[in-house]
Amino acid sequence: MNNMLQWISEHQQMIYIVILMIFVGIEVIGHVPSVLHTPLMSGANAIHGVVIIGAIIVMGKAEDHNYLAIVLGFLAVVLGTLNVVGGFVVTDRMLEMFKKKK
Amino acid sequence: MEVHILTICYLIASVTFILGLKMLSNPATARRGNLVAAVGMTLAILGTIFLYKDDAGNRLHNYGWIFGGLLIGAVIGTLAAKKVKMTAMPEMVSLFNGMGGACAALISIVEFNHLTHGYNAAEYPQEGFQFFSGIDKTQLLIILLGLIIGSISFAGSMIAWGKLNGKIKDFSFKGQHMLNNILILVIFGLAAYILVASPEETILYFYVIVALALFYGVLFVMPIGGADMPVVISLLNSFTGVAAACGGFLYDNKVMLTGGILVGAAGTLLTILMCKAMNRSLMNVLIGSFGGSTATGAAQQQAGGSYKEITLSDAAMVMSYANKVMIVPGYGLAVAQAQHVCHELEKVLESKGVEVKYAIHPVAGRMPGHMNVLLAEADVSYEKLLEMEQANDEFKSTDVVLILGANDVVNPAAKNDPASPIYGMPILEVEEAKTVIVNKRSMKPGYAGIENQLFFQPKTSMLFGDAKKALQDLLAEIKNV
Repeated sequence: MNNMLQWISEHQQMIYIVILMIFVGIEVIGHVPSVLHTPLMSGANAIHGVVIIGAIIVMGKAEDHNYLAIVLGFLAVVLGTLNVVGGFVVTDRMLEMFKKKK
Repeated sequence: MEVHILTICYLIASVTFILGLKMLSNPATARRGNLVAAVGMTLAILGTIFLYKDDAGNRLHNYGWIFGGLLIGAVIGTLAAKKVKMTAMPEMVSLFNGMGGACAALISIVEFNHLTHGYNAAEYPQEGFQFFSGIDKTQLLIILLGLIIGSISFAGSMIAWGKLNGKIKDFSFKGQHMLNNILILVIFGLAAYILVASPEETILYFYVIVALALFYGVLFVMPIGGADMPVVISLLNSFTGVAAACGGFLYDNKVMLTGGILVGAAGTLLTILMCKAMNRSLMNVLIGSFGGSTATGAAQQQAGGSYKEITLSDAAMVMSYANKVMIVPGYGLAVAQAQHVCHELEKVLESKGVEVKYAIHPVAGRMPGHMNVLLAEADVSYEKLLEMEQANDEFKSTDVVLILGANDVVNPAAKNDPASPIYGMPILEVEEAKTVIVNKRSMKPGYAGIENQLFFQPKTSMLFGDAKKALQDLLAEIKNV
């Protein structure tokens, strides 16, 4: 219990970020027209690709003899990149279709 | 110094994510918004590779592996995203979302091994219980959360992907929701046990959790209808966001945290907005079908009666001599891939002096924006696409409405029948037009599983068949008129 409390106060910045980001996330897309639902979903999909940063750290820290970490880390980097690059490109292609709008 | 630059990179990236999401929710700025977020992401990735140092001040190594992975992912990702057909985009999003979920789960697996590594039963004979103590235990909790959410998101997205491209059929059995609930309880029970168990026991349970979470992801999406997949993908999207945020806690990395939570929150709201556009609750979508059997029964009783069919030549005649034809595309058009033939039809009719427009319901096809994208692919000019309000104003002056595989979005029960499950959903008021021709594969009810009184009205006639086939035949007939 004490550990938990200690952890919370050590990470209070992070917890503040979580709470504020929840409100920002809701506020920012609050008025999206329904035509844009699908591209917005796709764009958000690309943004959560930040998980790639975790994958890069895992990969970059893996020791030479730790094959499990190397293999899984490498796989994580590939999949994370797919998420980021594929996500942004697909979103761009979708939005290209809307360019005729005015 | 370098660490500070990295902090600034992360700061900029976080701001671009927020800004990008904001711009994405406005048609005028959407495309630039996507670009802004992409630039921020690139900055964060490059910053991490070159500037990151761990607590002990060590740089990252294995650059060969990192760049190799980035290159492979980028090439495959770009090719896949460029090659995919417009109609297959939602399933592509689902696939990419699954990749993100898998990435988060893999990170958790590696970090768990780090945590349990160094542990040697002989060295800590009695200390098993304390081994994961204090901060370690919280870290373990975050690893487990990232693992569970990431795995569910991965498995669920794969099923959603399979369903959208027609490889996987809807599947449900009695007591499935019960089983799902039990499963999730077991998963969290095991996770709680790992937190207090001794390390040598935990390794087995850890992998059992991986397996169960994957299984839960499959069961979670299985019973949900293919047409509701966009809502499910949006939900899984926000799950992956939360899984990414777990990574943020793990590495004390603010940009992962910001990006992850931002998507988690926005994704959840977006899911709810999508459900609202269909006038359904999220619960209703997740349970997988319209539950109100009494309401369905009532609607079916009222409907019934007789409908009339129209021959191709009659339909061709009616449309050729009309002044104004309004086409109402729906899911059937998307499934049959009939958008190009549809555009052909429009051109031939125009050459005969008929005014042709399209009435687009916001959730036609049950994927918001689906029809706009589909018709844009077939080069239908944007000015011809009318939004619901505009279209409803114009139906009165329309001679022929041609409905292509749309059903629930033109069901008058949404306006007239308070007992109907779709009551209150705004619809295209096609009955205002002089004649209505409905192309459908059969008299089967649409996705909502309710009868459509429109089909039994005297001014309505049915043209059965696959949308592409029917349109091709109709096109040939019209050319002959």
